[in-house]
Amino acid sequence: MSATTARAATSVDVPMVLAEQVTKSFGSNQVLKGITLEVKRGEVMCLVGPSGSGKSTFLRCINHLEVLSAGRLSVDGELIGYRESNGKLYEMAPKEASKQRRDIGMVFQRFNLFPHMTALQNVMEAPLRVKGLPKAKVESTARDLLARVGLADRADYYPAHLSGGQQQRVAIARALAMEPKLMLFDEPTSALDPELVGEVLDVMKGLAKEGMTMIVVTHEMGFAREVADSLVFMDAGVVVESGLPSEVLANPRHARTQAFLSKVL
Amino acid sequence: MVFAVLLVAIFAFFVIDAAFRPAYDWPAVGKYLFDRRISMAALVTIELTVFSMVIAIILGVILAVMRLSPNPVVKAVAWFYLWIFRGTPVYVQLTIWGLISLIYTSIDIGLPFMTPWISFSTNAALNTFTLAVIGLALNEAAYMAEIVRAGLLSVDKGQEEASVALGMSWSQTMTRVILPQSMRVIIPPTGNEVISMLKTTSLVTAVPFSLELFTRSRDISAETFNPIPLLIVASIWYLFFTSILMVGQYFLEKRFSRGVGDRQTDKSDPAAPTTGAITGVVPVVGAGQPTVVLPPKTDAPGTTGDGGAR
Repeated sequence: MSATTARAATSVDVPMVLAEQVTKSFGSNQVLKGITLEVKRGEVMCLVGPSGSGKSTFLRCINHLEVLSAGRLSVDGELIGYRESNGKLYEMAPKEASKQRRDIGMVFQRFNLFPHMTALQNVMEAPLRVKGLPKAKVESTARDLLARVGLADRADYYPAHLSGGQQQRVAIARALAMEPKLMLFDEPTSALDPELVGEVLDVMKGLAKEGMTMIVVTHEMGFAREVADSLVFMDAGVVVESGLPSEVLANPRHARTQAFLSKVL
Repeated sequence: MVFAVLLVAIFAFFVIDAAFRPAYDWPAVGKYLFDRRISMAALVTIELTVFSMVIAIILGVILAVMRLSPNPVVKAVAWFYLWIFRGTPVYVQLTIWGLISLIYTSIDIGLPFMTPWISFSTNAALNTFTLAVIGLALNEAAYMAEIVRAGLLSVDKGQEEASVALGMSWSQTMTRVILPQSMRVIIPPTGNEVISMLKTTSLVTAVPFSLELFTRSRDISAETFNPIPLLIVASIWYLFFTSILMVGQYFLEKRFSRGVGDRQTDKSDPAAPTTGAITGVVPVVGAGQPTVVLPPKTDAPGTTGDGGAR
């Protein structure tokens, strides 16, 4: 009941992602030190920063692959990983958490395709097993998705017989098969040979154009400048600076941003 | 070279000597090799092996998954099981199973501390063959659990993450993603376990169950007062079965390593080098295997075998 009312209330004014003072520690090591940010519906946000700055950890908090240490995080107005009752937060049962993840697609740096399944089977797996949709319907959707990422003719190939760029495109199709309202990209081109980066970025640009809400952890400043609506620079677990990509890239205000950008640009 | 010649010479001498040594009594070996009692016993040995292994594999998978469960209670129960069954000799376990009807005189089904719904005597319900299978299977399950666990751990962590991120449940992740990929690590050592189990069946005399190959041979020789040829007969049968299993295992391993090789070498694609990323699965295959724990088990048949002969 409450879920439906929450969904009804979601309109343009509710941000797709709302993070408030998100904190994450591994033992005594505090990786995220209070991240507050907002991603609007249809927005493409690029997260940049030196390695170890907590970008990937933050991304993994959004679909509850990591459990928050403190703070709160909601996607489409729905609190992630916790249920609120009488002002207290209770951690969700694994079943409920996986229900929330269905609506959030994730693409990994190392693709993580299932090697024992063909490209087509990879794309079909979640809609079949998780949503329990009829096979014929799932297969035609999956073939459409593979065509959309330019791999219609590779449907019956196993991941090992695909190039890195092709694997990552299958991975994107696999995430899209669940019809997510939000896509998370964790350094999607970092494991690719330079000449294969373009084909993956092109697919992502297409997605952005179609209005998909995306959060992209990346080192591709060109992509950020061209596609992103906002750019967030993180360092040592905090958001140092954020704004329009063109502005942050051209005129970084903080010394740390300047130092970082001077190295990567 | 000299050493090799020496070895051949010693071996040849041994064979020629054995051929004419009366104690081996080769005519008796020939007579008993296809004795009906012996071949029936060989069949029983196969039955013991198959039943025990099937149960052990199923239980082993369950225990391995339990050990990797996020639930600490489930994990602790599995750990306790392994501690008990790997920490005590199989011969002792089999003896205890043989005495189970002294400990639990009846099997009751119902609620604790209430009059049972169904109750039957342990002796009537469980014959010695069943007890032998239970004893062998429960012991073997502990070893299978370690093999399966090594297999599950050999699967790249990213596989679980990808599966979970798609909204799949923990059990779906296990059965659809992790278990199928762990098979190529699990199957070769499981072949070893089958061979080992075939030999371990000779210990069920502890239950006491006496219709399998070794005990049957001992019983026959107890009547004829001629133990040596019957031991040779039993050994020939064991060797025959283990040889078949070894050949089977050779092909099984070849098939599974070819699966891995295939993935690495079939890079006709010009951009193939980047597929290195998924070979995250491949190197760990080797890493998983050494974890297989055979040594403590292989001495068991040797040491306790004496006990059986006494």
